[in-house]
Amino acid sequence: MANDPSSLTEPRWLRWLLIALAVLVMGVLVVLPLGMVLVAAFGDGFRAWWSALAEPDARAALRLTLFTVAIVLPINAVFGLLTAWAVTRFEFRGKRLLLAVLDLPFAVSPVVAGLCLVLLFGSHGWFAQWLAAHEVKILFARPGIVLATLFITFPFVVRELIPLMQQQGAEEELAARSLGAGAWTMFFRVTLPKIRWGLLYGVLLCGARAMGEFGAVSVVSGHIRGLTNTLPLHIEILYNEFDTTAAFAAASLLSGMALVTLVAKFWLERAHGDAIAASHGKH
Amino acid sequence: MTETAADIAAPVHRPTPNPLPGFGLGLGLGMAWLGAVVLLPLLALSVRAAQLGGDGWLRVLRDARVLQSLKLSFGAALVAALVALLAGTLIAWVLVRYRFPGRRLLDALVDLPFALPTAVAGIALTAIYSANGWIGRIVEPMGLKIAYTPVGIVLALVFIGLPFAVRTVQPILEAMGRESEEAAASLGASRFTALRRVVFPELLPGLLTGFSLAFARGLGEYGSVIFIAGNLPYKTEIAPLLVTIRLEEYDYNGAIAIAALLLAASFACLVAINAIPLLFAHERRRLRRGE
Repeated sequence: MANDPSSLTEPRWLRWLLIALAVLVMGVLVVLPLGMVLVAAFGDGFRAWWSALAEPDARAALRLTLFTVAIVLPINAVFGLLTAWAVTRFEFRGKRLLLAVLDLPFAVSPVVAGLCLVLLFGSHGWFAQWLAAHEVKILFARPGIVLATLFITFPFVVRELIPLMQQQGAEEELAARSLGAGAWTMFFRVTLPKIRWGLLYGVLLCGARAMGEFGAVSVVSGHIRGLTNTLPLHIEILYNEFDTTAAFAAASLLSGMALVTLVAKFWLERAHGDAIAASHGKH
Repeated sequence: MTETAADIAAPVHRPTPNPLPGFGLGLGLGMAWLGAVVLLPLLALSVRAAQLGGDGWLRVLRDARVLQSLKLSFGAALVAALVALLAGTLIAWVLVRYRFPGRRLLDALVDLPFALPTAVAGIALTAIYSANGWIGRIVEPMGLKIAYTPVGIVLALVFIGLPFAVRTVQPILEAMGRESEEAAASLGASRFTALRRVVFPELLPGLLTGFSLAFARGLGEYGSVIFIAGNLPYKTEIAPLLVTIRLEEYDYNGAIAIAALLLAASFACLVAINAIPLLFAHERRRLRRGE
Protein backbone atom coordinates (compact mmCIF):
# COMPACT_ATOMS: atom_id res chain seq x y z
CA MET A 1 0.00 0.00 0.00
CA ALA A 2 2.79 2.41 0.90
CA ASN A 3 4.33 1.70 -2.49
CA ASP A 4 1.25 2.69 -4.43
CA PRO A 5 1.75 5.85 -6.43
CA SER A 6 -0.57 8.58 -5.24
CA SER A 7 -2.53 8.46 -8.48
CA LEU A 8 -3.53 4.86 -7.76
CA THR A 9 -4.90 5.23 -4.30
CA GLU A 10 -6.71 7.75 -2.23
CA PRO A 11 -5.01 10.45 -0.17
CA ARG A 12 -3.85 9.21 3.23
CA TRP A 13 -6.49 11.13 5.19
CA LEU A 14 -9.26 9.75 2.99
CA ARG A 15 -8.00 6.17 3.37
CA TRP A 16 -8.06 6.43 7.14
CA LEU A 17 -11.45 8.14 7.04
CA LEU A 18 -12.89 5.27 4.99
CA ILE A 19 -11.32 2.67 7.28
CA ALA A 20 -12.72 4.46 10.32
CA LEU A 21 -16.14 4.63 8.69
CA ALA A 22 -16.11 0.91 7.86
CA VAL A 23 -15.04 0.02 11.39
CA LEU A 24 -17.74 2.30 12.80
CA VAL A 25 -20.47 0.74 10.65
CA MET A 26 -19.39 -2.78 11.57
CA GLY A 27 -19.03 -1.84 15.22
CA VAL A 28 -22.43 -0.23 15.63
CA LEU A 29 -24.37 -2.55 13.36
CA VAL A 30 -22.73 -5.93 14.01
CA VAL A 31 -20.53 -5.95 17.11
CA LEU A 32 -22.82 -3.93 19.37
CA PRO A 33 -25.72 -6.45 19.18
CA LEU A 34 -23.33 -9.25 20.14
CA GLY A 35 -22.12 -7.20 23.11
CA MET A 36 -25.72 -6.46 24.06
CA VAL A 37 -26.51 -10.19 24.19
CA LEU A 38 -23.60 -10.89 26.54
CA VAL A 39 -24.22 -7.91 28.82
CA ALA A 40 -27.95 -8.63 29.10
CA ALA A 41 -27.42 -12.37 29.58
CA PHE A 42 -25.00 -11.94 32.47
CA GLY A 43 -26.59 -8.73 33.79
CA ASP A 44 -28.10 -10.54 36.77
CA GLY A 45 -25.01 -12.59 37.40
CA PHE A 46 -23.75 -15.97 36.38
CA ARG A 47 -26.17 -17.79 38.68
CA ALA A 48 -29.26 -16.24 37.01
CA TRP A 49 -27.79 -17.07 33.60
CA TRP A 50 -27.24 -20.67 34.59
CA SER A 51 -30.66 -21.17 36.18
CA ALA A 52 -32.36 -19.74 33.07
CA LEU A 53 -30.58 -22.38 30.98
CA ALA A 54 -31.02 -25.23 33.47
CA GLU A 55 -34.79 -24.75 33.55
CA PRO A 56 -36.61 -27.78 32.00
CA ASP A 57 -38.29 -25.89 29.11
CA ALA A 58 -34.98 -24.35 28.11
CA ARG A 59 -33.27 -27.75 28.17
CA ALA A 60 -36.08 -29.30 26.14
CA ALA A 61 -35.78 -26.46 23.59
CA LEU A 62 -32.01 -26.96 23.33
CA ARG A 63 -32.50 -30.72 22.89
CA LEU A 64 -35.07 -30.17 20.12
CA THR A 65 -32.77 -27.72 18.33
CA LEU A 66 -29.85 -30.18 18.48
CA PHE A 67 -32.14 -33.04 17.42
CA THR A 68 -33.29 -31.05 14.37
CA VAL A 69 -29.73 -30.11 13.40
CA ALA A 70 -28.62 -33.74 13.80
CA ILE A 71 -31.25 -34.89 11.29
CA VAL A 72 -31.00 -32.02 8.83
CA LEU A 73 -27.20 -31.98 8.44
CA PRO A 74 -26.63 -35.57 7.22
CA ILE A 75 -29.66 -35.42 4.88
CA ASN A 76 -28.52 -32.17 3.29
CA ALA A 77 -24.93 -33.40 3.10
CA VAL A 78 -25.76 -36.70 1.35
CA PHE A 79 -28.33 -35.34 -1.09
CA GLY A 80 -26.28 -32.20 -1.68
CA LEU A 81 -23.29 -34.36 -2.58
CA LEU A 82 -25.34 -36.52 -4.96
CA THR A 83 -26.79 -33.47 -6.71
CA ALA A 84 -23.43 -31.72 -6.96
CA TRP A 85 -21.93 -34.90 -8.47
CA ALA A 86 -24.62 -35.11 -11.16
CA VAL A 87 -24.40 -31.40 -11.95
CA THR A 88 -20.60 -31.10 -12.14
CA ARG A 89 -19.69 -34.41 -13.81
CA PHE A 90 -22.39 -34.80 -16.46
CA GLU A 91 -24.08 -32.77 -19.15
CA PHE A 92 -27.86 -32.89 -19.36
CA ARG A 93 -30.76 -30.80 -20.54
CA GLY A 94 -32.22 -28.36 -18.08
CA LYS A 95 -29.04 -28.04 -15.99
CA ARG A 96 -29.19 -24.24 -15.94
CA LEU A 97 -32.76 -24.34 -14.72
CA LEU A 98 -31.88 -26.88 -12.04
CA LEU A 99 -29.03 -24.66 -10.83
CA ALA A 100 -31.37 -21.68 -10.56
CA VAL A 101 -34.03 -23.73 -8.77
CA LEU A 102 -31.49 -24.95 -6.20
CA ASP A 103 -31.24 -21.34 -4.98
CA LEU A 104 -34.98 -20.95 -4.43
CA PRO A 105 -34.92 -21.43 -0.65
CA PHE A 106 -32.39 -18.57 -0.36
CA ALA A 107 -34.94 -16.19 -1.85
CA VAL A 108 -38.20 -17.49 -0.37
CA SER A 109 -39.41 -16.00 2.91
CA PRO A 110 -39.21 -18.47 5.80
CA VAL A 111 -42.80 -17.65 6.68
CA VAL A 112 -43.89 -18.53 3.15
CA ALA A 113 -42.02 -21.84 3.45
CA GLY A 114 -43.85 -22.55 6.70
CA LEU A 115 -47.21 -21.74 5.13
CA CYS A 116 -46.46 -24.12 2.23
CA LEU A 117 -46.00 -26.95 4.72
CA VAL A 118 -49.28 -26.03 6.42
CA LEU A 119 -51.00 -26.28 3.02
CA LEU A 120 -49.59 -29.79 2.59
CA PHE A 121 -49.89 -31.24 6.08
CA GLY A 122 -52.41 -29.00 7.91
CA SER A 123 -55.99 -30.00 8.74
CA HIS A 124 -57.16 -28.69 5.33
CA GLY A 125 -53.97 -29.68 3.54
CA TRP A 126 -53.42 -31.96 0.56
CA PHE A 127 -52.34 -34.90 2.72
CA ALA A 128 -54.76 -34.24 5.60
CA GLN A 129 -56.92 -37.31 5.02
CA TRP A 130 -54.04 -39.70 4.57
CA LEU A 131 -52.29 -38.34 7.67
CA ALA A 132 -55.46 -38.61 9.75
CA ALA A 133 -56.14 -42.17 8.53
CA HIS A 134 -52.62 -43.26 9.44
CA GLU A 135 -52.45 -41.20 12.62
CA VAL A 136 -49.29 -39.46 11.51
CA LYS A 137 -48.69 -36.02 12.93
CA ILE A 138 -46.39 -33.68 11.03
CA LEU A 139 -47.59 -30.19 11.83
CA PHE A 140 -47.15 -28.96 15.42
CA ALA A 141 -44.78 -31.88 15.92
CA ARG A 142 -41.11 -32.70 15.31
CA PRO A 143 -41.44 -33.83 11.66
CA GLY A 144 -42.86 -30.42 10.70
CA ILE A 145 -39.97 -28.64 12.38
CA VAL A 146 -37.46 -30.87 10.61
CA LEU A 147 -39.16 -30.38 7.22
CA ALA A 148 -39.26 -26.60 7.64
CA THR A 149 -35.57 -26.55 8.56
CA LEU A 150 -34.74 -28.83 5.63
CA PHE A 151 -36.46 -26.42 3.23
CA ILE A 152 -34.60 -23.38 4.58
CA THR A 153 -31.15 -25.02 4.70
CA PHE A 154 -31.55 -26.96 1.46
CA PRO A 155 -29.03 -25.03 -0.73
CA PHE A 156 -26.12 -24.63 1.69
CA VAL A 157 -24.14 -27.83 1.11
CA VAL A 158 -24.90 -28.25 -2.60
CA ARG A 159 -24.12 -24.58 -3.33
CA GLU A 160 -20.76 -24.94 -1.61
CA LEU A 161 -19.85 -28.16 -3.44
CA ILE A 162 -20.81 -27.22 -7.01
CA PRO A 163 -18.19 -24.49 -7.61
CA LEU A 164 -15.53 -26.55 -5.82
CA MET A 165 -16.16 -29.74 -7.82
CA GLN A 166 -16.46 -27.74 -11.04
CA GLN A 167 -13.07 -26.22 -10.38
CA GLN A 168 -11.42 -29.52 -9.46
CA GLY A 169 -12.54 -31.29 -12.63
CA ALA A 170 -12.94 -35.03 -13.15
CA GLU A 171 -9.44 -36.04 -14.27
CA GLU A 172 -8.54 -37.94 -11.12
CA GLU A 173 -11.86 -39.76 -11.05
CA LEU A 174 -11.45 -40.67 -14.72
CA ALA A 175 -7.95 -41.95 -13.99
CA ALA A 176 -9.24 -44.05 -11.11
CA ARG A 177 -11.91 -45.53 -13.33
CA SER A 178 -9.48 -46.32 -16.14
CA LEU A 179 -7.29 -48.12 -13.59
CA GLY A 180 -10.27 -50.28 -12.77
CA ALA A 181 -11.55 -48.69 -9.57
CA GLY A 182 -15.14 -49.52 -8.72
CA ALA A 183 -17.67 -46.75 -8.10
CA TRP A 184 -17.39 -46.88 -4.30
CA THR A 185 -13.61 -47.19 -4.31
CA MET A 186 -13.42 -44.15 -6.57
CA PHE A 187 -15.77 -42.21 -4.31
CA PHE A 188 -14.08 -43.00 -1.01
CA ARG A 189 -10.48 -42.97 -2.22
CA VAL A 190 -10.55 -40.11 -4.73
CA THR A 191 -13.64 -37.91 -4.58
CA LEU A 192 -14.31 -37.67 -0.86
CA PRO A 193 -10.71 -36.77 0.14
CA LYS A 194 -10.73 -34.03 -2.53
CA ILE A 195 -13.91 -32.37 -1.35
CA ARG A 196 -13.95 -33.05 2.39
CA TRP A 197 -13.02 -29.53 3.50
CA GLY A 198 -15.54 -27.95 1.14
CA LEU A 199 -18.14 -30.40 2.38
CA LEU A 200 -17.34 -29.49 5.97
CA TYR A 201 -17.59 -25.81 5.09
CA GLY A 202 -21.06 -26.29 3.61
CA VAL A 203 -22.17 -28.41 6.56
CA LEU A 204 -20.95 -25.70 8.91
CA LEU A 205 -23.00 -22.97 7.21
CA CYS A 206 -25.96 -25.32 7.03
CA GLY A 207 -25.69 -26.04 10.76
CA ALA A 208 -25.54 -22.35 11.68
CA ARG A 209 -28.69 -21.66 9.72
CA ALA A 210 -30.46 -24.79 10.97
CA MET A 211 -30.00 -24.08 14.67
CA GLY A 212 -31.16 -20.48 14.29
CA GLU A 213 -34.11 -20.94 11.96
CA PHE A 214 -37.07 -19.01 13.29
CA GLY A 215 -39.73 -17.91 10.77
CA ALA A 216 -40.49 -21.22 9.07
CA VAL A 217 -40.27 -23.23 12.27
CA SER A 218 -42.47 -20.69 14.08
CA VAL A 219 -45.30 -21.27 11.58
CA VAL A 220 -45.27 -25.07 11.82
CA SER A 221 -44.27 -25.62 15.44
CA GLY A 222 -47.41 -24.69 17.38
CA HIS A 223 -45.17 -23.40 20.21
CA ILE A 224 -45.92 -26.21 22.63
CA ARG A 225 -43.58 -25.68 25.57
CA GLY A 226 -41.28 -28.53 26.35
CA LEU A 227 -42.43 -30.34 23.20
CA THR A 228 -42.20 -28.33 19.97
CA ASN A 229 -40.26 -25.26 21.07
CA THR A 230 -36.84 -24.86 19.54
CA LEU A 231 -34.30 -22.59 21.20
CA PRO A 232 -35.10 -19.55 18.99
CA LEU A 233 -38.84 -19.98 19.68
CA HIS A 234 -38.09 -20.33 23.40
CA ILE A 235 -36.29 -16.97 23.22
CA GLU A 236 -39.33 -15.34 21.66
CA ILE A 237 -41.68 -16.65 24.36
CA LEU A 238 -39.43 -15.51 27.20
CA TYR A 239 -38.96 -12.11 25.59
CA ASN A 240 -42.69 -11.59 25.12
CA GLU A 241 -43.22 -12.51 28.77
CA PHE A 242 -40.71 -9.78 29.74
CA ASP A 243 -38.34 -12.37 31.14
CA THR A 244 -35.50 -10.49 29.47
CA THR A 245 -32.60 -12.03 31.36
CA ALA A 246 -33.72 -15.58 30.57
CA ALA A 247 -34.36 -14.63 26.92
CA PHE A 248 -30.84 -13.22 26.60
CA ALA A 249 -29.35 -16.18 28.46
CA ALA A 250 -30.82 -18.51 25.82
CA ALA A 251 -29.71 -16.03 23.15
CA SER A 252 -26.15 -16.10 24.51
CA LEU A 253 -26.09 -19.86 24.02
CA LEU A 254 -27.07 -19.50 20.35
CA SER A 255 -24.61 -16.61 19.93
CA GLY A 256 -21.89 -18.84 21.34
CA MET A 257 -22.70 -21.49 18.75
CA ALA A 258 -22.69 -18.82 16.02
CA LEU A 259 -19.25 -17.61 17.16
CA VAL A 260 -17.90 -21.18 17.17
CA THR A 261 -19.20 -21.48 13.58
CA LEU A 262 -17.43 -18.27 12.59
CA VAL A 263 -14.14 -19.34 14.16
CA ALA A 264 -14.34 -22.75 12.45
CA LYS A 265 -15.15 -21.04 9.15
CA PHE A 266 -12.23 -18.66 9.59
CA TRP A 267 -9.91 -21.57 10.37
CA LEU A 268 -11.12 -23.52 7.31
CA GLU A 269 -10.51 -20.52 5.07
CA ARG A 270 -7.01 -20.02 6.47
CA ALA A 271 -5.85 -23.63 6.75
CA HIS A 272 -7.63 -25.22 3.80
CA GLY A 273 -8.39 -22.25 1.57
CA ASP A 274 -7.16 -24.14 -1.49
CA ALA A 275 -9.44 -27.10 -0.74
CA ILE A 276 -12.68 -25.15 -0.44
CA ALA A 277 -14.27 -23.19 -3.25
CA ALA A 278 -11.95 -20.56 -4.69
CA SER A 279 -14.14 -17.63 -3.66
CA HIS A 280 -13.51 -18.37 0.04
CA GLY A 281 -9.84 -19.23 0.15
CA LYS A 282 -8.66 -15.71 -0.26
CA HIS A 283 -6.96 -14.53 2.88
CA MET B 1 -15.42 -40.53 -51.55
CA THR B 2 -12.11 -42.16 -50.76
CA GLU B 3 -10.51 -41.75 -47.40
CA THR B 4 -7.21 -39.87 -47.30
CA ALA B 5 -4.50 -40.39 -44.71
CA ALA B 6 -5.42 -37.07 -43.16
CA ASP B 7 -9.00 -38.19 -42.74
CA ILE B 8 -7.95 -41.32 -40.98
CA ALA B 9 -5.52 -39.52 -38.68
CA ALA B 10 -8.06 -36.89 -37.72
CA PRO B 11 -9.54 -37.46 -34.26
CA VAL B 12 -12.95 -39.00 -34.29
CA HIS B 13 -15.48 -36.63 -32.78
CA ARG B 14 -17.88 -39.25 -31.68
CA PRO B 15 -19.34 -38.62 -28.22
CA THR B 16 -17.66 -41.16 -25.97
CA PRO B 17 -19.76 -42.56 -23.15
CA ASN B 18 -18.89 -40.86 -19.85
CA PRO B 19 -17.04 -43.52 -17.82
CA LEU B 20 -17.98 -41.94 -14.47
CA PRO B 21 -20.65 -43.72 -12.44
CA GLY B 22 -23.56 -42.34 -10.53
CA PHE B 23 -25.35 -40.06 -12.98
CA GLY B 24 -28.71 -41.76 -12.59
CA LEU B 25 -28.32 -42.17 -8.85
CA GLY B 26 -27.14 -38.61 -8.29
CA LEU B 27 -29.62 -36.84 -10.51
CA GLY B 28 -32.50 -39.12 -9.56
CA LEU B 29 -32.08 -38.85 -5.80
CA GLY B 30 -31.14 -35.18 -6.07
CA MET B 31 -34.30 -34.36 -7.99
CA ALA B 32 -36.42 -36.46 -5.62
CA TRP B 33 -34.95 -34.56 -2.68
CA LEU B 34 -35.47 -31.18 -4.38
CA GLY B 35 -39.00 -32.17 -5.36
CA ALA B 36 -40.08 -33.44 -1.96
CA VAL B 37 -38.45 -30.80 0.22
CA VAL B 38 -38.77 -27.65 -1.90
CA LEU B 39 -40.88 -27.96 -5.03
CA LEU B 40 -43.90 -29.86 -3.68
CA PRO B 41 -44.51 -27.32 -0.87
CA LEU B 42 -44.14 -24.41 -3.30
CA LEU B 43 -46.47 -26.16 -5.74
CA ALA B 44 -49.09 -26.47 -3.00
CA LEU B 45 -48.97 -22.72 -2.43
CA SER B 46 -49.08 -21.92 -6.17
CA VAL B 47 -52.08 -24.19 -6.78
CA ARG B 48 -53.98 -22.84 -3.79
CA ALA B 49 -53.22 -19.28 -4.92
CA ALA B 50 -54.54 -20.04 -8.41
CA GLN B 51 -57.71 -21.50 -6.89
CA LEU B 52 -58.46 -18.23 -5.09
CA GLY B 53 -60.01 -16.86 -8.26
CA GLY B 54 -60.65 -13.23 -9.13
CA ASP B 55 -63.00 -12.58 -6.24
CA GLY B 56 -60.69 -14.11 -3.67
CA TRP B 57 -57.77 -12.03 -4.88
CA LEU B 58 -59.83 -8.84 -5.03
CA ARG B 59 -61.00 -9.33 -1.45
CA VAL B 60 -57.42 -9.57 -0.23
CA LEU B 61 -56.03 -6.82 -2.43
CA ARG B 62 -58.77 -4.38 -1.42
CA ASP B 63 -57.82 -4.86 2.23
CA ALA B 64 -56.02 -1.66 3.26
CA ARG B 65 -54.12 -3.51 6.00
CA VAL B 66 -52.67 -5.95 3.45
CA LEU B 67 -51.72 -3.17 1.04
CA GLN B 68 -50.09 -1.19 3.83
CA SER B 69 -48.05 -4.20 4.96
CA LEU B 70 -46.90 -4.95 1.41
CA LYS B 71 -45.97 -1.31 0.86
CA LEU B 72 -43.97 -1.33 4.10
CA SER B 73 -42.22 -4.62 3.32
CA PHE B 74 -41.23 -3.65 -0.22
CA GLY B 75 -40.25 -0.12 0.79
CA ALA B 76 -38.19 -1.15 3.79
CA ALA B 77 -36.47 -3.96 1.85
CA LEU B 78 -35.64 -1.53 -0.96
CA VAL B 79 -34.18 1.16 1.30
CA ALA B 80 -32.35 -1.42 3.41
CA ALA B 81 -30.84 -3.13 0.35
CA LEU B 82 -29.56 0.25 -0.90
CA VAL B 83 -28.05 1.13 2.47
CA ALA B 84 -26.55 -2.35 2.85
CA LEU B 85 -25.07 -2.07 -0.65
CA LEU B 86 -23.51 1.31 0.11
CA ALA B 87 -22.10 0.21 3.47
CA GLY B 88 -21.16 -3.20 2.06
CA THR B 89 -19.21 -1.68 -0.85
CA LEU B 90 -17.36 0.61 1.55
CA ILE B 91 -16.45 -2.35 3.79
CA ALA B 92 -15.44 -4.54 0.84
CA TRP B 93 -13.30 -1.73 -0.60
CA VAL B 94 -11.53 -1.11 2.69
CA LEU B 95 -10.97 -4.85 3.22
CA VAL B 96 -9.52 -5.44 -0.26
CA ARG B 97 -7.59 -2.25 -0.97
CA TYR B 98 -6.25 -1.06 2.38
CA ARG B 99 -4.00 -2.69 4.98
CA PHE B 100 -4.63 -1.82 8.62
CA PRO B 101 -4.44 -3.55 12.00
CA GLY B 102 -7.54 -5.66 12.70
CA ARG B 103 -8.40 -6.13 9.04
CA ARG B 104 -8.71 -9.93 9.36
CA LEU B 105 -10.97 -9.60 12.39
CA LEU B 106 -13.18 -7.12 10.56
CA ASP B 107 -13.33 -9.52 7.62
CA ALA B 108 -14.36 -12.44 9.85
CA LEU B 109 -17.01 -10.34 11.61
CA VAL B 110 -18.75 -9.58 8.31
CA ASP B 111 -20.37 -13.02 8.45
CA LEU B 112 -21.72 -12.56 11.97
CA PRO B 113 -25.22 -11.39 10.88
CA PHE B 114 -25.40 -14.48 8.72
CA ALA B 115 -24.38 -16.86 11.51
CA LEU B 116 -26.33 -15.18 14.31
CA PRO B 117 -29.88 -16.56 14.61
CA THR B 118 -32.40 -13.94 13.50
CA ALA B 119 -34.35 -14.02 16.77
CA VAL B 120 -31.16 -13.26 18.69
CA ALA B 121 -30.39 -10.34 16.39
CA GLY B 122 -33.98 -9.17 16.77
CA ILE B 123 -34.02 -8.95 20.57
CA ALA B 124 -30.49 -7.52 20.71
CA LEU B 125 -31.25 -4.73 18.20
CA THR B 126 -34.49 -3.94 20.02
CA ALA B 127 -32.71 -3.71 23.36
CA ILE B 128 -30.08 -1.37 21.88
CA TYR B 129 -32.43 1.00 20.07
CA SER B 130 -35.45 1.14 22.43
CA ALA B 131 -35.94 4.24 24.58
CA ASN B 132 -33.67 3.09 27.43
CA GLY B 133 -31.18 1.17 25.28
CA TRP B 134 -27.52 2.03 24.65
CA ILE B 135 -28.24 4.01 21.49
CA GLY B 136 -31.97 4.70 21.93
CA ARG B 137 -31.15 6.62 25.12
CA ILE B 138 -28.93 8.98 23.11
CA VAL B 139 -30.92 9.47 19.91
CA GLU B 140 -34.47 9.50 21.24
CA PRO B 141 -34.11 12.81 23.15
CA MET B 142 -32.86 14.20 19.83
CA GLY B 143 -36.21 13.27 18.31
CA LEU B 144 -35.10 10.14 16.44
CA LYS B 145 -37.22 7.15 17.39
CA ILE B 146 -35.80 3.92 15.98
CA ALA B 147 -37.35 0.95 17.77
CA TYR B 148 -41.02 0.31 16.95
CA THR B 149 -40.88 2.52 13.82
CA PRO B 150 -40.14 1.79 10.14
CA VAL B 151 -36.59 3.08 10.78
CA GLY B 152 -36.07 0.13 13.12
CA ILE B 153 -37.34 -2.27 10.45
CA VAL B 154 -34.86 -0.86 7.92
CA LEU B 155 -32.06 -1.10 10.47
CA ALA B 156 -32.77 -4.80 11.12
CA LEU B 157 -32.86 -5.47 7.37
CA VAL B 158 -29.55 -3.65 6.80
CA PHE B 159 -28.04 -5.89 9.49
CA ILE B 160 -29.36 -8.97 7.67
CA GLY B 161 -28.40 -7.78 4.17
CA LEU B 162 -24.87 -6.52 4.93
CA PRO B 163 -22.99 -9.86 4.53
CA PHE B 164 -24.69 -10.48 1.18
CA ALA B 165 -23.56 -7.09 -0.12
CA VAL B 166 -19.97 -7.39 1.15
CA ARG B 167 -19.50 -10.98 -0.02
CA THR B 168 -20.70 -10.27 -3.56
CA VAL B 169 -18.62 -7.13 -4.08
CA GLN B 170 -15.45 -8.32 -2.31
CA PRO B 171 -14.45 -11.18 -4.68
CA ILE B 172 -14.95 -8.92 -7.71
CA LEU B 173 -12.69 -6.24 -6.23
CA GLU B 174 -10.11 -8.92 -5.43
CA ALA B 175 -10.17 -10.32 -8.96
CA MET B 176 -10.07 -6.88 -10.56
CA GLY B 177 -6.58 -6.01 -11.72
CA ARG B 178 -5.17 -2.54 -11.23
CA GLU B 179 -4.08 -2.30 -14.89
CA SER B 180 -7.09 -0.35 -16.16
CA GLU B 181 -6.83 2.04 -13.22
CA GLU B 182 -3.13 2.50 -14.00
CA ALA B 183 -3.94 3.12 -17.63
CA ALA B 184 -6.59 5.66 -16.71
CA ALA B 185 -4.17 7.42 -14.36
CA SER B 186 -1.38 7.47 -16.93
CA LEU B 187 -3.78 9.01 -19.44
CA GLY B 188 -4.29 11.82 -16.98
CA ALA B 189 -7.59 10.81 -15.41
CA SER B 190 -8.10 12.04 -11.88
CA ARG B 191 -8.55 9.42 -9.18
CA PHE B 192 -12.27 10.17 -9.02
CA THR B 193 -12.67 9.84 -12.79
CA ALA B 194 -10.76 6.56 -12.77
CA LEU B 195 -13.03 5.18 -10.06
CA ARG B 196 -16.17 6.37 -11.82
CA ARG B 197 -15.26 5.35 -15.36
CA VAL B 198 -13.10 2.27 -14.76
CA VAL B 199 -13.83 0.67 -11.38
CA PHE B 200 -17.55 1.34 -11.13
CA PRO B 201 -18.55 -0.27 -14.46
CA GLU B 202 -16.56 -3.38 -13.51
CA LEU B 203 -18.35 -3.53 -10.18
CA LEU B 204 -21.83 -2.85 -11.54
CA PRO B 205 -22.95 -6.48 -12.12
CA GLY B 206 -21.78 -7.41 -8.63
CA LEU B 207 -23.54 -4.39 -7.15
CA LEU B 208 -26.79 -5.36 -8.85
CA THR B 209 -26.48 -8.99 -7.71
CA GLY B 210 -25.69 -7.94 -4.15
CA PHE B 211 -28.66 -5.60 -4.20
CA SER B 212 -31.01 -8.34 -5.46
CA LEU B 213 -29.78 -10.78 -2.82
CA ALA B 214 -30.15 -8.28 0.01
CA PHE B 215 -33.56 -7.19 -1.26
CA ALA B 216 -34.88 -10.76 -1.58
CA ARG B 217 -33.63 -11.63 1.87
CA GLY B 218 -35.04 -8.42 3.36
CA LEU B 219 -38.45 -8.80 1.79
CA GLY B 220 -39.02 -12.18 3.41
CA GLU B 221 -37.17 -11.55 6.67
CA TYR B 222 -39.18 -12.25 9.80
CA GLY B 223 -37.20 -13.14 12.92
CA SER B 224 -34.98 -10.08 13.23
CA VAL B 225 -37.77 -7.66 12.29
CA ILE B 226 -40.78 -8.62 14.39
CA PHE B 227 -39.15 -7.68 17.70
CA ILE B 228 -38.02 -4.20 16.68
CA ALA B 229 -40.98 -3.43 14.42
CA GLY B 230 -43.66 -2.93 17.08
CA ASN B 231 -46.12 -4.66 14.72
CA LEU B 232 -48.85 -2.02 14.68
CA PRO B 233 -51.38 -2.73 11.90
CA TYR B 234 -51.23 -0.14 9.07
CA LYS B 235 -47.99 1.27 10.54
CA THR B 236 -45.22 -1.17 11.36
CA GLU B 237 -46.69 -4.53 10.35
CA ILE B 238 -44.61 -6.32 7.69
CA ALA B 239 -46.19 -8.65 5.12
CA PRO B 240 -44.60 -11.91 6.40
CA LEU B 241 -46.00 -11.15 9.86
CA LEU B 242 -49.48 -10.59 8.37
CA VAL B 243 -49.20 -14.04 6.76
CA THR B 244 -48.78 -15.63 10.18
CA ILE B 245 -51.58 -13.48 11.67
CA ARG B 246 -54.02 -14.52 8.91
CA LEU B 247 -53.02 -18.13 9.46
CA GLU B 248 -53.71 -17.88 13.19
CA GLU B 249 -57.12 -16.41 12.35
CA TYR B 250 -57.75 -19.44 10.10
CA ASP B 251 -58.08 -17.01 7.17
CA TYR B 252 -56.17 -19.38 4.88
CA ASN B 253 -57.05 -17.49 1.69
CA GLY B 254 -55.77 -14.25 3.13
CA ALA B 255 -52.48 -15.89 4.13
CA ILE B 256 -52.17 -17.65 0.76
CA ALA B 257 -52.67 -14.46 -1.25
CA ILE B 258 -50.04 -12.45 0.64
CA ALA B 259 -47.60 -15.37 0.60
CA ALA B 260 -48.12 -15.89 -3.14
CA LEU B 261 -47.23 -12.24 -3.79
CA LEU B 262 -44.08 -12.57 -1.69
CA LEU B 263 -43.21 -15.78 -3.54
CA ALA B 264 -43.68 -14.09 -6.92
CA ALA B 265 -41.31 -11.32 -5.80
CA SER B 266 -38.76 -13.98 -4.72
CA PHE B 267 -39.00 -15.57 -8.17
CA ALA B 268 -38.43 -12.18 -9.80
CA CYS B 269 -35.33 -11.60 -7.66
CA LEU B 270 -34.00 -15.04 -8.50
CA VAL B 271 -34.51 -14.43 -12.24
CA ALA B 272 -32.70 -11.10 -11.88
CA ILE B 273 -29.80 -12.70 -9.99
CA ASN B 274 -29.41 -15.32 -12.70
CA ALA B 275 -29.91 -12.92 -15.61
CA ILE B 276 -27.50 -10.17 -14.49
CA PRO B 277 -24.24 -12.01 -15.33
CA LEU B 278 -25.65 -13.13 -18.69
CA LEU B 279 -26.79 -9.61 -19.57
CA PHE B 280 -23.41 -8.13 -18.78
CA ALA B 281 -21.52 -10.87 -20.60
CA HIS B 282 -23.61 -10.04 -23.66
CA GLU B 283 -22.89 -6.34 -23.25
CA ARG B 284 -19.13 -6.97 -23.02
CA ARG B 285 -19.13 -9.09 -26.18
CA ARG B 286 -21.02 -6.34 -27.97
CA LEU B 287 -18.49 -3.72 -26.87
CA ARG B 288 -15.57 -5.91 -27.90
CA ARG B 289 -17.02 -6.33 -31.36
CA GLY B 290 -17.12 -2.53 -31.51
CA GLU B 291 -20.84 -2.19 -32.09
